Amino acid sequence: MLNDPKNYSENIKPFQPRIPYAANCVRAFLSGGLICLAGQFMETFYIHFFHFTKQSAGNPTVATLILLAALMTGIGVYDKIARFAGAGSIVPVTGFANSITSAALEHKSEGIVLGIATNLFSLAGEVIVFGVVSAAVLGIIRLFIEQFF
Amino acid sequence: MSKLRKQTWRFDHPIYLASTGTVVGPLESRGPLSGSFDKEYGALDCGEKNWTEAERALMRRAISFCLAKAGKKEGDMDLFLAGDLMDQTVTSNFIARENRIPFIGMFGACSTSMETLAAGAQLVDSGYADNVLCAVSSHNATAERQFRYPTEYGGPMNLTQTFTVTGAGAAIVTKEPGKVRVAEATIGRVIDWGIGDANNMGSAMAPAAADTIWTHFQDTGRKPEDYDLIVTGDLSSVGSPILKQLLFEKGLDIGKIHQDCGLMIYSPDQPVNAGGSGCACSAVVTYGYLFKRLAEGSLRRVFVVATGALLNSATPKQKDTIPCVAHGVVLESAKEEKK
Amino acid sequence: MIFLYAFLVGGAICVIGQLLMDVFKLTPAHVVASFVVLGALFDAFGIYDWLINFAGAGATVPITSFGHSLLHGAMAEGHEHGYLGIAIGIFKLTSAGITSAILFGFLVALFFKPKG
Repeated sequence: MLNDPKNYSENIKPFQPRIPYAANCVRAFLSGGLICLAGQFMETFYIHFFHFTKQSAGNPTVATLILLAALMTGIGVYDKIARFAGAGSIVPVTGFANSITSAALEHKSEGIVLGIATNLFSLAGEVIVFGVVSAAVLGIIRLFIEQFF
Repeated sequence: MSKLRKQTWRFDHPIYLASTGTVVGPLESRGPLSGSFDKEYGALDCGEKNWTEAERALMRRAISFCLAKAGKKEGDMDLFLAGDLMDQTVTSNFIARENRIPFIGMFGACSTSMETLAAGAQLVDSGYADNVLCAVSSHNATAERQFRYPTEYGGPMNLTQTFTVTGAGAAIVTKEPGKVRVAEATIGRVIDWGIGDANNMGSAMAPAAADTIWTHFQDTGRKPEDYDLIVTGDLSSVGSPILKQLLFEKGLDIGKIHQDCGLMIYSPDQPVNAGGSGCACSAVVTYGYLFKRLAEGSLRRVFVVATGALLNSATPKQKDTIPCVAHGVVLESAKEEKK
Repeated sequence: MIFLYAFLVGGAICVIGQLLMDVFKLTPAHVVASFVVLGALFDAFGIYDWLINFAGAGATVPITSFGHSLLHGAMAEGHEHGYLGIAIGIFKLTSAGITSAILFGFLVALFFKPKG
């Protein structure tokens, strides 16, 4: 019986489209993996030609990926890729660049200061907030423990 | 002007749609109803500086087509009833600034199309206006930006999510005999059955549509066979089966005559997930495709039920459920009368 | 070999993100935030460095590495200057990522128009 306001959200479950879990995961795996593979090529390049170490080569790699993702957002390609990739294009650092660039682009019409600059982190700010808060808390805990053990 | 029971108006005078005007964006112009619109823009920005102005251009063009086809000017209009999905319905407000017609802004989310038409017909019927211009618009990018994410953001796609139609529809309501008659209107109640997922509007709005359709049949005493079509606004592929089941359980079988504007305007292979939505979805299908069919007489009586989800971008995050409304208007072909 | 591991590990991290969105109905914002916290947490136990050695870009490209780098920078300064060092060093290693994101995001927004 669907005419039951109290249990409506339960009762309509058979009417909801089935999420293709497996296909979504395969697509996320392939696209996310490919982005990381591209990153690995860059890292190897930076290690060989610019003498970065394995630990520090992440920096120029991330910067390069961010540049590419920002450009792809600008020419309107990144959201098309994301349609296929799902989390595969959200989880890599390119997704971070996309959230920054897309927010800035969207508010461009409101001006450079009030539009682009103030909205740059409207989506990506949470990454920095959660990153800094968790790293600070964990850092304090670790320092505290190291002092005694 | 007579009221049938509580929610339905049956107009005393014959009220007509003098003319309509419809414009759509690029994706709609590649859909199955392409050709039934007055103008199909090839670019989403409609040649304007930003999305907001693009939406304004849509409504402006729809109105100019509508006026031109009726051979009327802005000054001939007594009232301008309009609405859209933007905050404070700015598109309508700014168009009203240009056309200088006495203006009543209306908001019923995606149900605004039939809300303005019903109110316009009622005002003409009761003699407070001779010519009323009704218009609505929606734009995919302005709606995405306001309700979801920036347009270039690579967010995930939900299968239950709908795609806001880019377009605008306008119609002139008058007593002067025309080809399509506005016969009745059923004003809906706000219904909320506890769906809070803003990406699942079809499921949220189906009970509101069911309530309005059920009430309409109660008020008028008609049967589904009396209609060629019952068209809902934007229930999409998710909400449409739910609506049919809701009514079927109450003994009303509209399965054969029900269609949804959100499913009519796009073909299944277009990337719109569950279907189209937005003020313009029901407006361009009704004022474009259905108007043509009614005018030529291949459809005799159509009940258009525009559905609206009355939320803003903050309420779902605050865990509020979505109040929904549906307004219905009965359109009839006036062709036979001319013989 | 590192190329294969980068592909597999990076892909696997994205699959976890996809499952969080599909099964647990998390928004992208929630997924990304949890991954940053997880990255910092893994680094606190020294697991993340091992993962970078093993998978290279498979571990440095996903956003989890942002949490890892934040904590790493904080700890390096923390060992030298005590608790105050955490505040001094937290952005030290992520500076390249944040700077390039701000710079390129700003420049792209200046020169392009949203396509929709």
